[in-house]
Amino acid sequence: MGLHVASRAPDCQPIIEFRNVEKSYGSLKVLEQLSFSVKAGEHLALIGPSGSGKTTILRILMTLESVTAGDVIVNGVCLNHEQRGGKQVPSSEAHLRRMRGAFGMVFQHFNLFPHKTALQNVALAPVLTGSLSKAAAKERALQMLENVGLADKAHEYPSRLSGGQKQRVAIARALALQPKILLLDEITSALDPELVEEVLNVITNLRNETDMTMLLVTHEMGFAKDFSDRVLFFERGKIVEEGPPSEIFLSPHHERTKSFLRKIIAAGHRL
Amino acid sequence: MIWSWEFVAEITPDLLKGLVVTVKITLISSVAALSIGLFFAIAKMSSVDLVRRSAVLVTETIRRTPLLVQLYFLFYVLPDIGIVLSPMIAGTIGLGLHYGTYVSEVYRAGIINVPAGQWEAARACNLTTRQTWTEIVLPQAIPPMIPPLGNYVIAMFKETPILSAITVLDLMGEALAKANFSYRYLEPITLVAVGFLFVSLCSAALIRLLENYLKRQAA
Repeated sequence: MGLHVASRAPDCQPIIEFRNVEKSYGSLKVLEQLSFSVKAGEHLALIGPSGSGKTTILRILMTLESVTAGDVIVNGVCLNHEQRGGKQVPSSEAHLRRMRGAFGMVFQHFNLFPHKTALQNVALAPVLTGSLSKAAAKERALQMLENVGLADKAHEYPSRLSGGQKQRVAIARALALQPKILLLDEITSALDPELVEEVLNVITNLRNETDMTMLLVTHEMGFAKDFSDRVLFFERGKIVEEGPPSEIFLSPHHERTKSFLRKIIAAGHRL
Repeated sequence: MIWSWEFVAEITPDLLKGLVVTVKITLISSVAALSIGLFFAIAKMSSVDLVRRSAVLVTETIRRTPLLVQLYFLFYVLPDIGIVLSPMIAGTIGLGLHYGTYVSEVYRAGIINVPAGQWEAARACNLTTRQTWTEIVLPQAIPPMIPPLGNYVIAMFKETPILSAITVLDLMGEALAKANFSYRYLEPITLVAVGFLFVSLCSAALIRLLENYLKRQAA
């Protein structure tokens, strides 16, 4: 009857794969010969000192940056190249738009559209990309805002929301196109400490209630530990150490990981 | 010299005709400056090096030479190579081109002031380039452009008397014609000043209203 046939890709099939990726700005190398993969449904935390290339990885996936060399494979399709006439050519804008559909991204500084209400911010993408009618998009946006606890702020402009509320709207916006992969780029770094928890609670709910693949770049080590299935520790564009959070945070092998965690704890972050 | 109301009554109809010409030239030149400015702004932000550099060269040259010289060029020099323009056309092109270079900077600044994060968020929302411009960038870039653009329109209006140098019969041109004919300068030139003051004050008030409206919209 076919009931036993797995409907999801087998676990060995990665949803994201970096193959020898390099990224440099002029003479500055940000990523060096970087290879790693992410399984579908995995919750990955990317940690490391500032400038170690974590954010660049998310930006490459969201196609905000291009790679200098190497390949990025998403769902088995190359992100930075496409096949045309039997040849491999750099991705066209049309190819990038198709690939982008798999991703949602939440930014450090929210980047809400200031001239649109919370509801319009969330409903915008589904309407403009033609994936939903206006009415359906509005209905879904309201639902999304309710999920992040902001149904009562639907008609407010971003300037009238607190940082935590802005970031929750931004999360709802990132989810509006129902992405398979959610990219979270230091989403609590710009928030006052007392507003961090409300945002992290939303992410925890998403983690527990959906099967989305999630990549989290953060300096909140305590949250990274609870959130992730696997942690990658970066330094100077390379993975220094990777493993389950219990191992990375409690008994790291590498001296650099140890000293990074010591510094973070000394700076007042809980583990 | 004694002020003569009789003379005022005699010349007012023609001066009003001149004022209409002045306003008309200002409006047409404004449209020209706004379009030419947009063209220059796009060229100056082009990713093609050659286009960007030539646009900067052209706009800087126009901006760093006097409008009067440019008008003489358009009206008196171009006929030498077979291009004959009417005073009105030459004047409109001159004003539009000269102010277009200033206007292009207003556009450029307005667009550059939209934070990079807005472009990135638009891309993360998978909008097309066109949608990014029409839905995200321009609605944020245009409101702050309105006051400086309005001021350039008023500046252009006040600059129109210079067109009398290439025989345009605007308000100044009409006044000069009357003065030269009757050897009375007091009334015509005073009326010119009053006419300009009146229209300038009205347009400044209009721009102030628009500005306040936009501020209220933004708040």
